[in-house]
Amino acid sequence: MALLSIEDLAISFETDEGVVDVIDGVSIELEEGETLGLVGESGCGKSVTALAVMGLLPKPAGRITGGAIRFQDEDLTRLTSEELSRVRGDQIAMIFQEPMTALNPVHRVGKQLAESYRLHHPDASKNEIREESLRLMDHVGIPAAERRLDEYPHQLSGGMRQRIMIAMALSSRPRILIADEPTTALDVTIQAQILELLRDLQSEYGMSIIFITHDLGVIAELASRVVVMYAGRVAEEASVESLFKSPRHPYTKGLLASIPRLESESKSVLPTIPGVVPSIDELPVGCRFSNRCEFAQDQCTHAKPELEQASDGRKIACLRWRELEQDVAVSA
Amino acid sequence: MNDTPLLRVEQLTKHFPIRGGLFLRTVGHVHAVDDVSFEVRRGETLGLVGESGCGKSTVGKALLRLHEPTSGSVFFEGEDVTQMDRKRLRSLRRDIQIIFQDPFESLNSRHTVGKILAEPFVIHKVGTPEERQQRVAHLLERVGLDRSAANRFPHEFSGGQRQRIGIARAIALEPKLIVCDEAVSALDVSVQSQVINLLLDLQREMNLALIFIAHDLAVVKHISDRVAVMYLGEIVETEDAQQIYDAPKHPYTQALLSAIPIPDPTAARDRVILSGDVPSPITPPTGCRFHTRCAYATSECINRKPIRERIDVDASIACHHWEEIAAERSVHASS
Repeated sequence: MALLSIEDLAISFETDEGVVDVIDGVSIELEEGETLGLVGESGCGKSVTALAVMGLLPKPAGRITGGAIRFQDEDLTRLTSEELSRVRGDQIAMIFQEPMTALNPVHRVGKQLAESYRLHHPDASKNEIREESLRLMDHVGIPAAERRLDEYPHQLSGGMRQRIMIAMALSSRPRILIADEPTTALDVTIQAQILELLRDLQSEYGMSIIFITHDLGVIAELASRVVVMYAGRVAEEASVESLFKSPRHPYTKGLLASIPRLESESKSVLPTIPGVVPSIDELPVGCRFSNRCEFAQDQCTHAKPELEQASDGRKIACLRWRELEQDVAVSA
Repeated sequence: MNDTPLLRVEQLTKHFPIRGGLFLRTVGHVHAVDDVSFEVRRGETLGLVGESGCGKSTVGKALLRLHEPTSGSVFFEGEDVTQMDRKRLRSLRRDIQIIFQDPFESLNSRHTVGKILAEPFVIHKVGTPEERQQRVAHLLERVGLDRSAANRFPHEFSGGQRQRIGIARAIALEPKLIVCDEAVSALDVSVQSQVINLLLDLQREMNLALIFIAHDLAVVKHISDRVAVMYLGEIVETEDAQQIYDAPKHPYTQALLSAIPIPDPTAARDRVILSGDVPSPITPPTGCRFHTRCAYATSECINRKPIRERIDVDASIACHHWEEIAAERSVHASS
């Protein structure tokens, strides 16, 4: 059984233009010990899905209108906020793109680390907390930890701040770590350090990771399975190898083709997906990718494609995936 | 005449004073750009890469004197930009333009796109009002937008469309050089590729030169003819775009390139992970500024600053040990 199972989740947001279905029937399973990549462009709903798991949807604008989020025999969508904060602290932790907004700027790093530790170990002595904080900092690769304890967040570099966030997230030894674009604001050399750290920590702690990013390169390096989202729905799900080797949803195909690659010829024309990502108040009816899809037919503009099971553990939400598959087979 | 570069930058330096204490005296300097020299030829793209704080954006702004250079010269078609008076500088804007990550941060959001795009013609007194309208319509079509966009406001457009409008504004007066400062960085992948194609098209049509400043190395590789790599305010290596990705010579370039996540889970990765962070540009390291993070650093690197030497038409490098490192890498690669 999956460790975490998001079932047919629906979330709506109250906007100036009325109520919009930001998440429309998303189902995702997270297995024990795996790294699941959640990828998509802005507005695809990847972050909102994660916030819903954490019970952190902006209130009162955002509301779960359907589905369930199952974790250890409980439906997280039915818990009171008190019950949810227990799960959130102990079992599921989250790190964000910009740690500066998650850290308190007026408190020293040591104090903030101590607070998060005390939350889970209320009886710990002062000494014990200090020892544990230093151990955690050392563990996430912060040099001169002793000195850093007395520093304020703004005195640390972006990479160091993200390490502090990871240390705080780990202090409860969570079973699930949700990482929302944790390396997007960092330079590539620092990103490489943080990705390496997450890989090491995962194998050591055996936790499951949901890694949210728009960067397909990062996904290829870190994830074992990938869920591709588009405009509030899952477009395709597959193991990382098969997704990159043979994307099947027209959106995934277009997305992978349009990334500039180091091995591609300089100044050549890049394949593109026509049009723009639709804004949430003007989503196409039927398949939400239909207005940009080169394979779209009449049916695609009325009927919503369901996420269907294909071979090799893959799932695809496209009305025409079987036909398109045959076309490929024939032309090959 | 065509042999002279369009732009020649010589020993460009920009230090920002840090003020502190009771009387806000200058207590130090941020060495944002130090002694940077390079050339841009007509119609080519020079990529400027490096990590945050390396000074790449400051270089772009100093070229147009949006930041007044501390010292050094910038020759545009032989004329020193740093010596120009206000009036000449304004007319230079016909030839050199700059686009930023979000062009609309600097524009009036209460003006229609049509008015925004007509502005360069008004400022430089080009055409009659009717002709300007014609030109605006033509510009919009040229960047792949509908003529009707002229009647709408910036906020009605998506990020990619806005950048197209930003590009339309930049090419309005048919410049010879555009500085693109992280111009596609905020765009979604599927839209980013459209805008990159647009820039490449315009470059071909107009024989435009581009200085493409970005932190995304794959994007820079795709759009550039030559690349200059910056570290802590200095250029450490310049090279033909294909060459630099095939055989980087400077240890920093090697580490930077090896850190790029490859969108292929089966790709072999030979990663050099740099330890530590970029040092402070207020008190940059002595000698070679990269020595604190370099695996090959010797006492020479700590004590003596490497002078960037030209090793080929397009290639130059600032490293005491580049030849030994290259030899070692070729042995490593062939074994």
